[in-house]
Amino acid sequence: MGDFNFSYCVWIPLIPLFSFLILGLFGNKFKEKLTGILGTLALGIIFALSLYTAYEYFFVHGLVNGTYQKIIAINVTWLQFTDKLHINMGVLLDPISVMMLVVVTTVSFMVHLYSIGYMKGERGVERYFAFLSLFTFSMLGLVIATNIFQMYIFWELVGVSSYLLIGFYYQKPSAVAASKKAFIVTRFADLGFLIGILILSFITGTFDFITLTDPAGEAIHRGAEIGFMGMSVMTWAMLLIFMGGAGKSAMFPLHIWLPDAMEGPTPVSALIHAATMVVAGVYLVARLFPIFHFSAQPALNIIAYVGGFTSLFAAVIACTQLDIKRVLAFSTLSQIGYMMLALGVSGYGSHDGLGFMASNFHLFTHAMFKALLFLGAGAIIHAVHSNYMNEMGGLRKHLPITHATFLIACLTIAGLYPLSGFFSKDEILAAAFHKDKLLFAVEYCVAGLTAFYMFRLYFVVFWGKDTQYHHKPHEAPFTMTIPLMFLAIASVFAGFIPFSELVTSDSIPFEGEIDWMIAIPSIAVGLLGILIAMIMYRKENNYPARMAATLKYLYRWSFNKFYIDEIYLFITKKIIFRYIARPVAWFDRHMVDGTMNGIAGMTNVISFRIRGLQSGQLQKYGFVFITGALALALVFIYLWTK
Amino acid sequence: MDYLTYFIIVPLLTVFGIVLCKNDKQVKWTAVIGMSIQLILAAALVFMYLAERKAGNMAEFLFYHDYMWYPALNIRYTIGVDGISVAMVALTSVIIFTGIFASWEVTNLHKEFFISLILLATGVFGFFICVDLFTMFLFYELAVIPMYLLIGIWGTGPKEYSAMKLTLMLMGGSALLLVGLIGLYFNSAPGGGALTFNLIEISKVQIPMEAQRFLFPMTFVGFGILGALFPLHTWSPDGHSSAPTAVSMLHAGVLLKLGRYGAFRVAMFLMPEAAHELGWIFLILTTISVVYGAFGAIQQKDLKYINAYSSVSHCGLVLFALLMMNKTAMDGAIMQMVSHGIMTALFFALIGMIYGRTHTRIIDEMGGLMRVIPFLGVAYVIAGLASLGLPGFSGFVAEMTIFVGSWQHVDTFHRVATIIACSSIVITAVYILRVIGILLLGPVRFDWYNQLTDARWYEKLSVGFLIVCIAGIGIAPLWLSNMIGDSLVPVVEKLNMISFIR
Repeated sequence: MGDFNFSYCVWIPLIPLFSFLILGLFGNKFKEKLTGILGTLALGIIFALSLYTAYEYFFVHGLVNGTYQKIIAINVTWLQFTDKLHINMGVLLDPISVMMLVVVTTVSFMVHLYSIGYMKGERGVERYFAFLSLFTFSMLGLVIATNIFQMYIFWELVGVSSYLLIGFYYQKPSAVAASKKAFIVTRFADLGFLIGILILSFITGTFDFITLTDPAGEAIHRGAEIGFMGMSVMTWAMLLIFMGGAGKSAMFPLHIWLPDAMEGPTPVSALIHAATMVVAGVYLVARLFPIFHFSAQPALNIIAYVGGFTSLFAAVIACTQLDIKRVLAFSTLSQIGYMMLALGVSGYGSHDGLGFMASNFHLFTHAMFKALLFLGAGAIIHAVHSNYMNEMGGLRKHLPITHATFLIACLTIAGLYPLSGFFSKDEILAAAFHKDKLLFAVEYCVAGLTAFYMFRLYFVVFWGKDTQYHHKPHEAPFTMTIPLMFLAIASVFAGFIPFSELVTSDSIPFEGEIDWMIAIPSIAVGLLGILIAMIMYRKENNYPARMAATLKYLYRWSFNKFYIDEIYLFITKKIIFRYIARPVAWFDRHMVDGTMNGIAGMTNVISFRIRGLQSGQLQKYGFVFITGALALALVFIYLWTK
Repeated sequence: MDYLTYFIIVPLLTVFGIVLCKNDKQVKWTAVIGMSIQLILAAALVFMYLAERKAGNMAEFLFYHDYMWYPALNIRYTIGVDGISVAMVALTSVIIFTGIFASWEVTNLHKEFFISLILLATGVFGFFICVDLFTMFLFYELAVIPMYLLIGIWGTGPKEYSAMKLTLMLMGGSALLLVGLIGLYFNSAPGGGALTFNLIEISKVQIPMEAQRFLFPMTFVGFGILGALFPLHTWSPDGHSSAPTAVSMLHAGVLLKLGRYGAFRVAMFLMPEAAHELGWIFLILTTISVVYGAFGAIQQKDLKYINAYSSVSHCGLVLFALLMMNKTAMDGAIMQMVSHGIMTALFFALIGMIYGRTHTRIIDEMGGLMRVIPFLGVAYVIAGLASLGLPGFSGFVAEMTIFVGSWQHVDTFHRVATIIACSSIVITAVYILRVIGILLLGPVRFDWYNQLTDARWYEKLSVGFLIVCIAGIGIAPLWLSNMIGDSLVPVVEKLNMISFIR
């Protein structure tokens, strides 16, 4: 690392923060156009800064003695808990954080640029750009966190930015409900995260990532011998932390918020719910990977299976959805499942750590092509004013640029050589092959399904029947098409980045190669998926209907997303609201407060009864006095004579 | 004259000034000037305190002064502050300052209203700076009486009922408290010598265990009623919902804290053995109240009731953390008192302002207000996010300090209690977002909403100031945490010494 000073990196999150404050406080005084330009400009600066940092880190100063260094560029104490435990705020640079810096700033910059065109004429554009800046700030703070509590802080902040942006169209009840759902589901997951942090920090006595994840260090091996319910305490801690990650990355069964989150503006879906925030869970697991590997293997296995299951589950649902954004949302779930699975099957160190590398690789390429898909979907929605693919068709003539870039993205996600999706997916399949044959088989199926549902979407929207539109659809303005083209180029060429020489589990570069024995069948499966989709959807025909009729139950369950939402509704509405909250409210009003009122009432009644004694009549007082005196006298005489 | 006494003199002079005022405008501005001076005094006190500490003055109470008042019983006017009371004084001055602006639109009997309000504040300030238990009690009683009048006269809804309920329950608490304090007095010199009410003197002696067993519940419950301890909290929802805005603010913001502060300073500090022995009972009660309050809030329809139950939950967390009896958790507890104080004052101020426009507090009868009154809407969202513990606001800092502190106990009982308390962060999110969703978001409910005016300058000032305070603490918490933490050292040492002996 030498004498190079990375402390300028602190500006990377701070610039969006300032842009948030300026737009949030004074945005309503600016012209609409200015707010967009201001926000985009801020992002442009940090995009350049991040690329510069990546260059300096990966190619100039980062690699020392064959290992990428972990560089703490800046670190200040923010809050002191105990002598040992304190929250710092700082900047940590290592291969994964630098990679994430590039991912976040690239996508965010593109989305900002795109939004200038997309949000034109909407009410509250300044609010929109302010929230986007807030999100970018939080996400960058999360990425460069030096300790797990800093990460948790920004984790909550990205959660709230996501809440605000999903509910951007706040006058629409469905958007309000979706934003609420997203926040509460992820909050529930964060409860697990928080408790996990409490356990982890109690065992190891630190929040600091470098101390925690040093394989030779002492912290990582603590707590392995203390058992609790069949697993070590460390495993429990890591599982709970993973629960937080699963919430944010929408892993089954905490995935229900993500499809609904599509109520937000489409660029937001591209940025937050496809490329950056939803992969925070993957990033979290990658960040703590040494602990998972050395002290919590069972947790890692669970991650692999959760990831594998989610990828299959979501891919099946994606095949039947009609809302194009929902198809993409389930596709995102499925792809994140891939990344989780890759981490779960990964080992530690050079070739054993293939899964780790593949996961980050896929995170990178997925961010590019999924952002592209969402932005393309945005351009489509912008043109036809509908989300539903059964109201679309034949759009390739009207939207040539969108069509071309969308096709590239579809081919990339289907994993065709030499597009970037091929390389990263191939590494994941290779990693799974060496660890677990069952998961490997599942991933092959998912690869085929992915190609199928993406090309179903593609053919229905761009080919299919020639639909009559109210207005002739127009190609999007250049502020929207430039990001599309940029991301398309990135999707095509990102695969040639030698990831195995940059981002590895132990920060030591290794030679990566393509295992053609695995790659060729996977391309074949992809092509098969595309072929089936082409037969079924390129021209209007009755195959889809016959297919749905044949697989009646599967189709219905898939279409209804396996009724998971209904189960959640039952738990929240019926059990929590009706059987807990309402009785508590009743108990409080009638039992607790009733007792208090009862005491007061009793006092009232008693005083009312004895009030009559104080009548003010002398004769009555005299009578009572003499009677009493006589009675007492009798008692005393009785006692005395006894 | 010593510096701290100004905190009593200035409000009293303000009251006197208000008596001489001729019209509504003069009354308000006199109150504003008086409470601004008070705010400046409090800010100066914080800086002076930090400077003294930095200069190496390690005395337990700074700015300490002692005047004999009633020699026959050795009752003294003894004042002094440590980091905790400084934080409380600052909190009180912020809330009364913003409270004045929030009651700008009081229509009837303004003179009497502001006199009572400022008298109430005087009692609170006096309570926090006193070190002598008897004078402390005196100031406490001084705060309760104006409260009755304020709710009974300027309140809304079933105000007589609420005022009576509140006063009777608090008086019941006072009765227990008085017994407790007198008991402490008679045990203050077990080795012979002059009996005393002085907190510092009593803390130096060992109160016999039999007496502690009796006196600890007396004082703890006595103060606990004021601090809305489950199941003696029911005065609070009714009281809040009937009280005028500024009173709700002061009440939830400061008076609840007064109970917590007393429970900490008198019951736990003076009787650590009993705190250790009986603490678990109260720990169970407070753990219940944290979750119970949150669940209670989910189903309420009246904005003020929601906030009152939310206060039960948040304030439950304060006592919960105090009973954890380690430095981190207690530090969090005091920060939660400050944080919740400002936050809830903000809530009540906003509720008052919304009520002033829509003339209802039932959330089902409103909707889509964000569009028509954006300033108040945004402020309400900020208050809500702060309340559900968003980082960047004070609530997060306090809650996390509490949870990390509580987790330092290894036994299962404390662990389970901590997990239950942690779960409140989810339930809080549920009821906060429910209110925001129904009240502010969605389509504009009625056409006549479009004629509503957004916040006026005094409302903006009041709300903006409170938001700045919450965000300030949330962004830079270290100074506050350290200021409180240093003053906790003697208390924690005393509590730990006991557990060590055992």
